Amino acid sequence: MVDDPIIRLSNIAKSFVAPGGAVSALRGIDLAIPRGAIFGIAGRSGAGKSTLLRMINLLERPDVGSVEVNGRELTALSKRELREARQDIGMIFQQFNLLRNLSVSDNVAFPLRLHGRLNAPRRTQRVRDCLGLVGLLDKADSYPAALSGGQQQRVAIARALASEPALLLCDEPTSALDAETTRGLLDTLRAVNARLGVTIVIVSHDLPALGALCSHVAVIEDGRVAEQFSPLDASVARSTALGRELAFHGLEILAVRTGAHHD
Amino acid sequence: MIDNLIELLPDLGVALGQTLVMLGIGLGSALLFGGPLGILLFLVGDGQSLHNRFLAATLGWLVNTVRSFPFIILLVALVPFTRIVAGTSIGPLAAAVPLSAAAIPYFARLVEQTLRDVPRGVIEAAHAMGASELQVVTRVLLVEARSSLVLALTVLAVSFLSYSAVAGVVGGGGIGDLAIRYGYYRFETDIMVFTVAVLIALVQMIQLTGTRLARRLDKR
Repeated sequence: MVDDPIIRLSNIAKSFVAPGGAVSALRGIDLAIPRGAIFGIAGRSGAGKSTLLRMINLLERPDVGSVEVNGRELTALSKRELREARQDIGMIFQQFNLLRNLSVSDNVAFPLRLHGRLNAPRRTQRVRDCLGLVGLLDKADSYPAALSGGQQQRVAIARALASEPALLLCDEPTSALDAETTRGLLDTLRAVNARLGVTIVIVSHDLPALGALCSHVAVIEDGRVAEQFSPLDASVARSTALGRELAFHGLEILAVRTGAHHD
Repeated sequence: MIDNLIELLPDLGVALGQTLVMLGIGLGSALLFGGPLGILLFLVGDGQSLHNRFLAATLGWLVNTVRSFPFIILLVALVPFTRIVAGTSIGPLAAAVPLSAAAIPYFARLVEQTLRDVPRGVIEAAHAMGASELQVVTRVLLVEARSSLVLALTVLAVSFLSYSAVAGVVGGGGIGDLAIRYGYYRFETDIMVFTVAVLIALVQMIQLTGTRLARRLDKR
């Protein structure tokens, strides 16, 4: 269906051992994510959407199925190879997960120091570029504790982009932020996608955010992909309640955009 | 009373040196062996990246067992081992062996508990960036927990200053021993009060230094 997808998940299944017995979180997920897309994963709480996202860099290992990123089968890699593959996959989190004892610039330099690919002057330049991209150059010497939530998440984006990944995974990136900060952060993500061509996969329960941001959305229900569509494409009827809600937000955005054209 | 104290000064100097030797070796081996042991205890624990139930249970049992010994019994029980390691069973160097044996598991537990306060998400983020286990330890755990680790070492130093007083039993000497031999056994109350005052000053100094350093290291 999708030519040369950057991510291809095939027949992914995963169950967890819960106190009441085994609970399967994902049962047979097939998903192809196009290169350059902003791909949203929607679903109710506990639908397994975060688990699915964490499979893309194997923070979570599937019980069965294959995870192919950039043409490489990740589940077949050795520990060392997996670490190298992960250097090309950036990730941001709901709780930002910055190192609180490192300055902003040291946080952004963190993956570069791990990988040791750049020498010190080029590393410094790269850190400045990334902080400039998210508009936080003036905070380079601050510590995370001195920043707002939105600023911390932008530092996390700069850190995730430092090693120039082809892919950025976002796990509920706006859930700890207020509405206005969320809008700013979505703009940043959109700019990252447009300027750098980085493919973005985002998990969120914030449907308006997904509708406004994503070029593609998949709805996960009962551990399966219930439907998949483009929020701006109104020509196909939606089969799930979540899908209809998303379509509504997508149309709202469309209305705003075309409205702006008429002015 | 002043005469008494002046007479005591040379002895006090020697005792201070002995205390510092015992404390230095004890804390040094705690850092060198107890630190890595504590990190390992943390990493093989429940839900951590090197989780291993067997290793966790074995190490936990070992640490608990050594920590169960009343210090004076450990001191006596280890005499044969001390002879091998220190070449003698008396003196401050000999006393440093059981002190180290007690300090290692003690510090290991403190380190393990301290590392548990590092948010799991930060460790996970490092894994997601391709960090190896060793890099997680050196670049995440030790960085994020550094001020709490300094405080843990401070607690250890204060406890072992008082443990070292018991080392008099094997002729370890030290200030605590001075307090017991002169002050307590010979009923020289002024000397006892004075040596205890020296100990109080030492403890205050250790704690003040530890607290200050921890505060400076903490950017959270």
